[in-house]
Parts: sequence; structure tokens; C-alpha cells
Amino acid sequence: MADTKAKLGQPKSGLLLDIRNLRIEATVFPPGEPPKDIVLVHDVSLTLEKGKVLGLIGESGAGKSTIGLSSMGYGRGGVRITGGEVILNGRDILKGGKDGFRKLRGREVCYVAQSAAAAFNPAHRLMDQVVEATLLHGTATRAEAEKRAVALFKKLSLPNPETIGERFPHQVSGGQLQRVMTAMALCSEPDLIVFDEPTTALDVTTQIDVLAAIKDAIRDTHVAALYITHDLAVVAQVSDEIMVLRHGRLVEWGGTRQIIKEPRQEYTNALVSVHEIEHQEQKPGTSPFLSVKNVTAAYGRSHIKVLKDVSVDIYPGQTLAVVGESGSGKSTLARAITGLLPPEQGTVTFDGRALANRLADRPKEDLRQLQMIYQMADVAMNPRQTVGTIIGRPLEFYFGMRGRERDRRVAELLDKIEMGKGFSDRYPAELSGGQKQRVCIARSLAAKPKLIICDEVTSALDPLVAHGILELLLELQKEENVAYLFITHDLATVKSIADSIAVMYRGEVVRYGPKGKVLSPPFDAYTDLLLSSVPEMEIGWLEKAIKGRRMASAGN
Amino acid sequence: MSSPILKLVAQRVALGILLLLAVSVLIFAGTQILPGDVAQAILGQSATPESLANLREQLGLNQPAYLRYFHWLGGVLTGDLGTAMSSGQDIATSIKGRLWNTLFLAFWAAIVAVPLAIILGLIAVRYRNGWVDKLISGLALASTSFPEFFIGYVLVYFFAVKWQIFPGISTVYDGMPFGERMQAIALPATALTLVVLAHMMRMTRAAILNVMQSAYVETAELKGLSAFNVIRKHAFPNAIAPIINVVMLNLAYLIVGVVVVEVIFVYPGMGQYLVDHVTKRDVPVVQAVGLIFAAVYISLNIIADIAAIVANPRLRHPK
Amino acid sequence: MLDIKRIPIPALIGIVLTALFVLAAVFAPWIAPHGNGEIVGDVWEPMSAAHLLGTDNLGRDLLSRMIYGARITLFIAVLATALSFSLGAILGFSAAVFGGWFDTLLSRLVDLLMSIPTLIMGLVVLSVLPTNLVTLILVMGILDSTRVYRLSRAVAVDINVMDYVEAAKLRGEGSGWIIFREILPNALSPLVSELGLRFIYAVLFLSTLSFLGLGVQPPDADWGGMVKENKDGIVFGIAAALIPAGAIALLAISVNLVADWVLNRTTSLKGGRG
Repeated sequence: MADTKAKLGQPKSGLLLDIRNLRIEATVFPPGEPPKDIVLVHDVSLTLEKGKVLGLIGESGAGKSTIGLSSMGYGRGGVRITGGEVILNGRDILKGGKDGFRKLRGREVCYVAQSAAAAFNPAHRLMDQVVEATLLHGTATRAEAEKRAVALFKKLSLPNPETIGERFPHQVSGGQLQRVMTAMALCSEPDLIVFDEPTTALDVTTQIDVLAAIKDAIRDTHVAALYITHDLAVVAQVSDEIMVLRHGRLVEWGGTRQIIKEPRQEYTNALVSVHEIEHQEQKPGTSPFLSVKNVTAAYGRSHIKVLKDVSVDIYPGQTLAVVGESGSGKSTLARAITGLLPPEQGTVTFDGRALANRLADRPKEDLRQLQMIYQMADVAMNPRQTVGTIIGRPLEFYFGMRGRERDRRVAELLDKIEMGKGFSDRYPAELSGGQKQRVCIARSLAAKPKLIICDEVTSALDPLVAHGILELLLELQKEENVAYLFITHDLATVKSIADSIAVMYRGEVVRYGPKGKVLSPPFDAYTDLLLSSVPEMEIGWLEKAIKGRRMASAGN
Repeated sequence: MSSPILKLVAQRVALGILLLLAVSVLIFAGTQILPGDVAQAILGQSATPESLANLREQLGLNQPAYLRYFHWLGGVLTGDLGTAMSSGQDIATSIKGRLWNTLFLAFWAAIVAVPLAIILGLIAVRYRNGWVDKLISGLALASTSFPEFFIGYVLVYFFAVKWQIFPGISTVYDGMPFGERMQAIALPATALTLVVLAHMMRMTRAAILNVMQSAYVETAELKGLSAFNVIRKHAFPNAIAPIINVVMLNLAYLIVGVVVVEVIFVYPGMGQYLVDHVTKRDVPVVQAVGLIFAAVYISLNIIADIAAIVANPRLRHPK
Repeated sequence: MLDIKRIPIPALIGIVLTALFVLAAVFAPWIAPHGNGEIVGDVWEPMSAAHLLGTDNLGRDLLSRMIYGARITLFIAVLATALSFSLGAILGFSAAVFGGWFDTLLSRLVDLLMSIPTLIMGLVVLSVLPTNLVTLILVMGILDSTRVYRLSRAVAVDINVMDYVEAAKLRGEGSGWIIFREILPNALSPLVSELGLRFIYAVLFLSTLSFLGLGVQPPDADWGGMVKENKDGIVFGIAAALIPAGAIALLAISVNLVADWVLNRTTSLKGGRG
């Protein structure tokens, strides 16, 4: 590679990538209307020096992946580059045509996808896929390439680096696959790697390992990178510079320190401060209204217990946050409380009496008192019902409200969730993600419950929208004195909303108590791991966190 | 070949045998569901009591149904399909030549239809949403709407009557030279091909598209592989199982087509034999031929499933 | 919501042709120039001003036969489709919602019935049953209801696990509300398009049976039966048999075009099940 660059006459410490006035369009086919062209990226320019890392950050639809892929001349599904120049190693690759793209892909620029599990071909062994690009471009012999791959596996701290290449993708865990994919990108010794949300699909304790591995690999190989993510705290750990994008336009571009410490644009400032909701923890009341006592549960007749001897209390008007990673049993706890999954042992008491185990055996009044909000708001609402019907149904069902009385109450509820009554005739598909979640909140409030179970209600939303939802929930808690059981994997959210916290790990509650106590040392090993894995918006956090860990994460 | 695959394949085969047994019960029961009895239905209202009694005796109707079933099943398993009521001939002997004729016809139809459907499917994917794709989809839509006899008689009308290239009636006999035989089955084989082609092509197109839109194909493109190599190395190994599946399912569909096509061209195969004896209400023949058709159909479905099992890398290389 | 100008041309053609066939069937005695069994000329007369489509194998007016044939064809196909659809959809939905042994039993039975090609099973059964309209409709309807059962069960199972159905169950709604207000409105669009396909299949199945001599019996004739009546003319270059065969194809294509459009329209509707 060095020879090629020398021939092109590039200075050693020069510019690697220079994108000028990039314009990207796509054709959309709205139902019942003629197809039309929309602009995804509006005249964005950026430069990247050799060996540097530029973070591209923004919410969904910001165009960050589209820009990243343009450095390889690639557009997903009908996306076209319609203007500007992409200058890589001193030449405009958009002028090179298809052959030109083929020569640079996998040699000068490589790609690491969000879901490595889908990006590896299930039919081939990992090693064959890792060395494929290297062999294709003829930059090394097979033996050399495999040696290089094994060295990379080692560097990325994969287990059994000598033999892991013989495995098939489905035989390797998600966190490991993500690292194998990074090795695949590094194997052909490219000048630039595009990382497209490489840690987003991973659990938080796994993410930190992969992130550290990627960071080390970038540093040691001196490769340049475009690091695409929606998580500012993550990108702050690996980038030299950060570019903030919104709706396909540049918002702000600067050094990492400047962006996270002294943002110049209002939007950047909102992104930076998004985690900071000040929530003063309430002291637990005298008696809980809902107690889960020694609950054990399993799916079907399976011997594997998804919940093991779980006990928690919920106090009126307060929030209990249940935190854990995927498979910790936190959603199963919600199913046990609602009666969807009757516990094998243990009881759930409500207002001093035991709740029936099975949903079908519970009286209407008990059902009314426990409401639920889901992670995916768009499948939690019947697409064939209007917002008015969706919110109005609990009013009819529990309180027998009809006609004008019901409509008035629906309007009130819409007002409470900060949406006008004009929304009452809309269908869910006509709402934005945040609006959908608000309607679900209104539906649960309509029943005037004592407890609302919130199952990962903000994790599918963009940070700013999620922030709005959290503020709304806190506001409503004050007004209605409703309690929340807040299930989440995100510790930052927990800090902003909880009064007490239960940390779950493999079906058990490993730590439980008031927020202040749970979040202050001394910690048990798992809570320590979990807490230390949550990225903080601070340069150098990653190194500190890795150094301070006591327990290895399970799912890496 | 590791053991989980063998186990799954064995399971699938066992399930198929079980299914076939259940089907034999169903076919047997299907001929016993009359409100009156079979003898009455066969001979009609004007039958004399003696002839009815004779026929009942001949059919064994005096025995309970389950005994008759086991008797029949025992015969089938030992290659004795019984005798035809209408002609008194041994069914197994009559079927032998006809089964071979039908397989010969279906084989040549498949030889043409399968590669053609796959190639057209690939072309449709290559020029997706272009006019070629739309034309192919349009023709497919039209041809799934055509009854088999429409296709058959249009072929006869033009190729046999107007232009007189091929015979409109497919007479074949033992010891017929290969060339003449091919000439005779040209039109029915073409008709059969057209009957399954569209459906097979549409399903192939869907199967390939499904693979081409997967993330690992994008990964391959981003490694700089040429379009040909992306398909050869990454798409094809994963598309092969769904395509075999499509092919097998459509070959099974040939069975239905073959019944009508044989009647159109008066071709001495299983289909024509079946229809003839349904009209004559010759129950033993209908049972035997029905069972053979069902067995072929089920076997093809099993092969389709086994292909999917064997091609699945998750099963081939378990954790 | 339904703007005629927004209907794509193929769908429009499909609607118009289907409507024409239906009109011909309904008003057959008023439209047909001659009676159904009336012999009006020589055998296989060519098309002429007197006999627009010529005459058939017995010298009956082919156009009149075609119009009356439309009546029989559509009548049987509609009834068989209605039977297969109500039977299949009701059982399929119930199996999905109630589950348990009811679901297992029905599903295995349907698996068994579907492991034999419909035509073969139809022939086996028809070899012993009396050939009349009722038998024909029952056999066609029951055999075809297996496909409707599979589809409606699959659709209902998909919807039954959606969060909004769970939300309704948590609210305490009864199975009536869940089936009719939550599941049915969302299952309707795939089922409506399937209705078209089942109808086409019924027409093709009936025609095939009649062509094989096992469907509608003479002197009545549906289009498939008319192909059988006139097929011997083909070898003499008389295309009379191609006319009813072509009519079947045309009807099937028209309904297909409409069904295709319904399916596309409802899936592209943003309110559909994403």
C-alpha cells in the first residue's frame, strides 16, 4: 500500500479523505402518489487526515451512515450521490466508475457494520471471510493474510485466536463477531475504516470491551476511521474530532473536547446535556402498595428459571427502576406482576391482599390499577384505531364513559401529554415515534392506575425525544401521584427517574434499595461492572473504566 | 455429515412414512363416505338386488371397513394393488407401463422447465423493476390464470392443426424409437412446462431476491468483489437450498398438471388412467392410483425439506 | 378515499371485465340471443352475423351457451368460495385464539388433507359420490378451505402476539372484542386479496373437473364442460373449444388484477401491518 501512495505523490502526513459539497438523493415511492426525489444529504463537506478518527453523530435520519458509505462510493437501496466530490488519496473516486469503486473497496476503505451477525455469510468459515478482501486485491498471500488475521484476533483479545477462524459465524457470540468484523476490516491494511454503529446492538458491559478493542486496534495500526454512532459518550472515547449532523445537514464540527465541553450550537448543547435530568430521590413511604415476594418463574415447563426468588416493593407515587442486561429477567418480572406469566412460587400483593396469579382470574378493578407501556409504541397500538379510540377505550371499559363526556376526557388527556386535541382523529401511522409513545402514556393514564409498568419505553427513541418522554413521565407522576415500575438497561435513564433501584442479573435481584444507596459504594461485583460500563461523556473515561474493572462481562 | 443432520433427516423421512400411512387411510376412507354404499352408487338406482349382492361380495363390503383397509394395505405393501372392477385386469400390471410413460413425460418437462425458470428468475432479479422484470411478472400472472387445457388446446390448434409440426395426439407404444417418442411428447411436455414455469420462476425470483438483500451480500460488495463473484461466492451457496425447495414443490405441482395434460393429448399415462376409472367408478383403481400420486407428491416434499436441512450451515456445523 | 382516477389501469381493466362477466351471468336469460339448449343451426358453424361466436358441436348458438355457462360457472365458484372461506376463516381464527388441542387437532388434519394434491383427492372422492351441484360445491369448498385455514390461522397468530393485543388482554377485554375489534380489522386486507385468489382457484378447479367429465353434467354446461363438448373440433381446425377456455383465462386474469391491486393498496397503506 505504501508504494501505491508514494506513486500517487501523497505527502506522508497529508489529507486522506476530502469530501466536498456532497449531495445525496434517493427516490421514494409514497403510496398513491407519483415517486419523488428527496435529498438525504445537503452539501456536506469534511476532511480527514491520515490516522485520525472522525466521529459522525446524529439522530436517525441525520444521514451519517449515508455519508460514511459515500467514502466507498456505495449507496444503499436506490441512494444516489448526485453532487460534490469524494477525494480519497488525492483522486475523486466518484469519477472512477464501477471498476474504480471495486478497486478501492476492501483495499483502501473497509466497512464494519452494526450487526456483524447479519453481515457475515452463514455459509463460510470466519477465516475465509476475514482474508477474502486481502486475497482478492492481491496484497498478500493466503499464508501471510491468515497470519495477519490471527495477529489481529489476538490484538482484539478474541479467545482462541489461533482457531477461532475455523468457526462459522453462528458459533461465535455477538460481541466476538463484532471484533472479528473489525479484524476483517483491518486485515487488508486499509487507509480508512468506516465503523457504522459497531457497538449499538451490544449489551452495555460487552460494548465497553469491544469499544476498547477497536480503540487499541485503531491506535496500533494507524488507520484512519469514520466512526458513526448516535451515542455522543461513545464517540467521545474514540474520536479526535466530532461532526454533528441533523436532517442531512452539518450542525457543528470540531475537536472532541470542544464539542462535548464547549458546544457552540444549541442542538449540540441539547445532545450533550441530554442525560442530565436532576431528580431528587423520594424517601420510601411507610408502606408499599405493591409487593413482589419470593417470586420464581419459568417459561413453559422449562427447568430454567427466568426469575429466581425475586422480592421488591413499590411505594405510592414513586418509581422503582429495574436494571439489567438482556436475559436478566427484568421483562419477565413485569409479566409476572401483570399475570401474563403466572409465577411458580411466591406472591404479588396489592393493597394488602394477594393478587390472583393468572390474568384471567383478576377482577377488572385490579386490572385497571396496573397499566403497561411498551418499548415499541408502534406495535402497541392497533393501527386500525384512531388516537381517540385508543385513549377512549379504557374510559369506556373501566368507567363506562360515553359520547361527549368521553371525548372531553380524551381531549384533557391529550392536553396532558402535550398534544392538541386535533390528534384525536389521527391514526398511529401518522404520528412520530415520540408522539406514539405519548399516546400510549395517555392510554395508560386514562385508567387512573396506581402503577404503570414502563418496559424500556425510551430505548427505541432518539436521545432528545427520549429525554422529552422522561420529563413528561416525571411531570405526570407529580400531578397524578402514579407509581412507575421502570424497566431499562440504560443506567443514565435510571439516574434521572428512579427513587429506588433493583439490579437484576441472570434472574436474580443482586442489589436493591433506595437510589442513593444502590448507586454509592461499596458495590457488589456485577453492579460495579454495570456502573463502570456506562459510557460517560468524558475524554479518557474508557481507559479509566477498563482499568478499574473487577469482573469480566459475560456476553463478550 | 454430522449426527444432528442425520437425525433430522431420519425424523423427516419417518414423518413422511407416517404421513403416507395417514394418507392411505384418508384415501381409503374417502371412497367409503357415501350415504348409501359403494355398490349402489356404482350400479345406480336401477340395479337388481342380485347384482348388488354380487358386487358387495366382490368388493368385500360384507367385512367391516377396518378389516378391508388392512387387507388392502397389506396388498399394496406386497405390490398387489388388486384387480380393476371394470376390466378384471390386474392393476399393478396395467400401471407399470403407464407409470413409466408419465415419468418420461414429467422428466422431459422438468428438464426444460427447471433451468429455464431459474435463468428467467435470475434475469428478473438482475433487471429488477425494469421492463424485463415487469414483462416476466406479467406473463407469470397471466399464465397462473390459464387453465391447463387452454394452454394445451392452443398448442394443439397452432402446432398440430395450423402448422402441423407436431402430432396433436400423443400415441406411444412399447419399443417406439426414441426420436419418434420425443416427437410424440413434444406438445404435452411443452404444455406441462408452461403450466409450472411461471410459478417456479416467480418463487425462484423471490428466493434469490431474499438472499441478495441480505447484509452479507452488502459486505461482499463492500470488499470490492465483482457482481459475478458476489453471486457465485456469497449469494449462490445460500440461495441453493431455497431454489431446490422451489423446484421440488413445483415438480410436485407437475402431478396435478399431468392429469389434465394426459387427457388432452390422449397420452397413455397414470393421469388418463385415473380419470378414466373415476368416470367408470372403478374404486380399486382410483385408490391405487390416488395413493401412488400422493406418494410421489409427499416424497418430493420430503426431498425439498431435506435439501433445506442439509444446506443449513447452522445444522451442518452445530455449536 | 377511493378515487377512480387513482386506480391503476390494470386494476381498472380487471374491475370492468369482472363486472361484465357478472352482469352476463346475472342477466343471462335477457341477454342471450337464443336458449341454452336450443339447436339453431348446423354443427360448428363459423362465426357470422347471426351467430357471433358460431355454433357448437350440436348446432347450438355458442354465444348463448357462453352466457348461460357464465351463470353456472360463477354460481358454483361463488358458492364454493363462500363455503371454503367461511369454514377456513372461522376455524383458522378460532384455532389461533383458543390454541391448545383444538388448534393441534385441526392443524394436523389440515396438514394431512394438504399432503394430497387437491385435484387427486377431489377425483378420489368424486369416484364414489353422486355427481350433482351440491356434491360439487361441498367437495370444492371443503378441500379448498384447508388453504384458507392455513392463511387465516397464520395471520391471526401473527396479530395475536402483537403488543396491542396483549394490551387489550391486560385491560381485561373479552375474546369477542379481541377477535372482532383487534384482530379482524388487521387481518382483513390479506384475507380480501386471498378471497380473489381462492375464487380464481375455484373457477379453475371447477373447469378442470368439468373438462374431465366429472363436474357439471350435460345438458347443462359450465365453461369447462363446453371445452369438453367442443374439443373434438380442434383437430379439424375448429376453434370453438378455445372460446370457453379463453373466457376462463380472461375471468381469472381479471380477478387476479383486482386482487393484486387490493393487496398492494392495503399493504402500502401506512396503517397496514408494517
